[in-house]
Amino acid sequence: MNKDVPVLRVQDLTKHFPAGRGKVVHAVDNVSFQIPRGKTFGLVGESGCGKSTCARTIIRIYEPTGGKVYLGHDDISILSQKELLPHRQRMQMIFQDPYASLNARMTVHDIIAEPLRAHGVFASRQEESERVNDMLAQVGLNREHASRYAHEFSGGQRQRVGIARALIIHPELVICDEPISALDVSIQAQIVNMLRKFQQEQALTYLFIAHDLSMVRYVSDEVGVMYLGQLVETCAADEIYATPLHPYTQGLLAAIPIPDPKVAREKRAAGLEGDLPSPIDPPSGCRFHTRCPHATERCKAEVPSLKDVGAGHCVACHLIND
Amino acid sequence: MEPILEIRDLNTSFLTSSGEVQAVRGVSFKVEKGQTIGIVGESGSGKSVTSLSILKLLGSTGRIKSGSIRLHGEELIGKTRKEMRQIRGRRIAMIFQDPMTSLNPLIPVGEQVGEMIWAHDKSISKEERRARVLELFEMVRIPEPVKRLKSFPHEFSGGMRQRVMIAMALACKPELLIADEPTTALDASIQDQILKLMQQLQHEIDMSILFITHDLGVVAELCTHVLVMYGGLIMEEAGIDDIFERPMHPYTMGLLDSIPGLHQDKSQLLKPIPGSPPDMIHPPKGCPFAPRCSYACRVCLEELPPYRQVSERHRSMCWMLAPDAPSEGNPFKGIGSKGAVI
Repeated sequence: MNKDVPVLRVQDLTKHFPAGRGKVVHAVDNVSFQIPRGKTFGLVGESGCGKSTCARTIIRIYEPTGGKVYLGHDDISILSQKELLPHRQRMQMIFQDPYASLNARMTVHDIIAEPLRAHGVFASRQEESERVNDMLAQVGLNREHASRYAHEFSGGQRQRVGIARALIIHPELVICDEPISALDVSIQAQIVNMLRKFQQEQALTYLFIAHDLSMVRYVSDEVGVMYLGQLVETCAADEIYATPLHPYTQGLLAAIPIPDPKVAREKRAAGLEGDLPSPIDPPSGCRFHTRCPHATERCKAEVPSLKDVGAGHCVACHLIND
Repeated sequence: MEPILEIRDLNTSFLTSSGEVQAVRGVSFKVEKGQTIGIVGESGSGKSVTSLSILKLLGSTGRIKSGSIRLHGEELIGKTRKEMRQIRGRRIAMIFQDPMTSLNPLIPVGEQVGEMIWAHDKSISKEERRARVLELFEMVRIPEPVKRLKSFPHEFSGGMRQRVMIAMALACKPELLIADEPTTALDASIQDQILKLMQQLQHEIDMSILFITHDLGVVAELCTHVLVMYGGLIMEEAGIDDIFERPMHPYTMGLLDSIPGLHQDKSQLLKPIPGSPPDMIHPPKGCPFAPRCSYACRVCLEELPPYRQVSERHRSMCWMLAPDAPSEGNPFKGIGSKGAVI
């Protein structure tokens, strides 16, 4: 496979939902990004900004309203669900809620084996069992766990089952939709380390969605910040903290609590005022102008485009682009 | 100075079909005037049950087995339901994690806050009550308060609902506010707004806050003291700077190590705490953290360590602080006097 072709390339992806009475929810609007093989793209933003919808549209849980999604060379956004089936092995998803995402009536063995069965990977049950047991060992569970049900496990162990299910058919792309948000702090690091180990061993490509900015910086190579369905800033993960350019990114960074009382006392910088506006009737021009401390008349009228301001750091803001 | 709240050796259990869940197993601490005390811990550590025990909101299965809870020296254990109702809301108020389920969806928010005032003082006229609610809405910075009095909870965002809950909690000017993960369900930017509001209000009305959270970042922003809970016990108690700079318990150290800072070296793996929390139906007889602790030795598994006073208002429960603890592989080696048993 050509190394230069990104594993995932998303181009002008748009997803609108009907909201009744002819109104439309602008959940995702013209989002574009790409992820090279073996890298992690972190997508951050507040709830309702469209990051999960974006992920679900990429993997075709939702049908895109517009735009293209390329998995390697293949445009998967135009395929029918039937044509998509062979490509589904190449992309898997890990969900936020390890309680809701595992079928309570299936044993752990059946949960983990299901992708193998869906794609007819093994003809014999014995081969399948070996592969499942091998996968269980890799995620730090053991053979005895295979015959149990999801409710017998803790949140961290369930998330391990979710990871085993996603990785058993050797996908290229794994979409991690807030995989650690529902877990306790001491367990989060276990799961993140495991995801990193698999990435290094198998050159996996991750789309990592989270709202915890310090965790996103740690796991990602590149970060995209979403606001009301649009990407407002993308850049290398370290740069988002060193030189955040978009006023929204700056506000979001100022708002995260820092686990260091000295820094916290000095900080007290202005966070973000107000609430997220409704995506049914998003503000004109720059969608952030209603909360932006620097907004001008131009911001209200004209939509800023995402422009490269140097070294791959892209930002959609009139104040920066000029 | 007399503390506002003093809890001694609190034991709270829940009776379930699979056995007695010993959620809190001997918790003692004090809250003094103007302090903001953070209780940090993971799910199942007993932090919420401790706060619910104070207000006796334990439901039909919960029991306070033993201990003492004193509000200004007045014992709360043994109070009747009627007596407790005079204390809840008026002297100790509480705000919860989910502001949507804490509000009645069928009643305008202004009326719900007004009801709180009425419940504790029935002599206030309707006009006075309305004026007081308006004042509270202004205090918690709800925009357009006059218009908002008649709004229903579903017309508010999560952050605004939490402001309504705070207004309700402050209606009777309580001495102590218990906040049980009030910002966990909120986004970072809204969490920041609510934390700033709570700080401002604390200065304005001079109350103490007991803040329950699992987020060490929130603790660092808001609290003056911290209690670290695990397995139904307080593992360590210290001032805010000490807990972050000089943690004296392997569990606290593990918690601090497992969160990536903004300057975390990305080539390094995170240092998670291995294993998972104990089963509180059969709590371990030794230190509850011992099975996950990299410093644990035999005594840790068999006997619960006593508290040692490391410095003023800094105590920790760990066998590694004992004078006869092995010096090899001891995280607290050379820290000087290991503190007296308390």
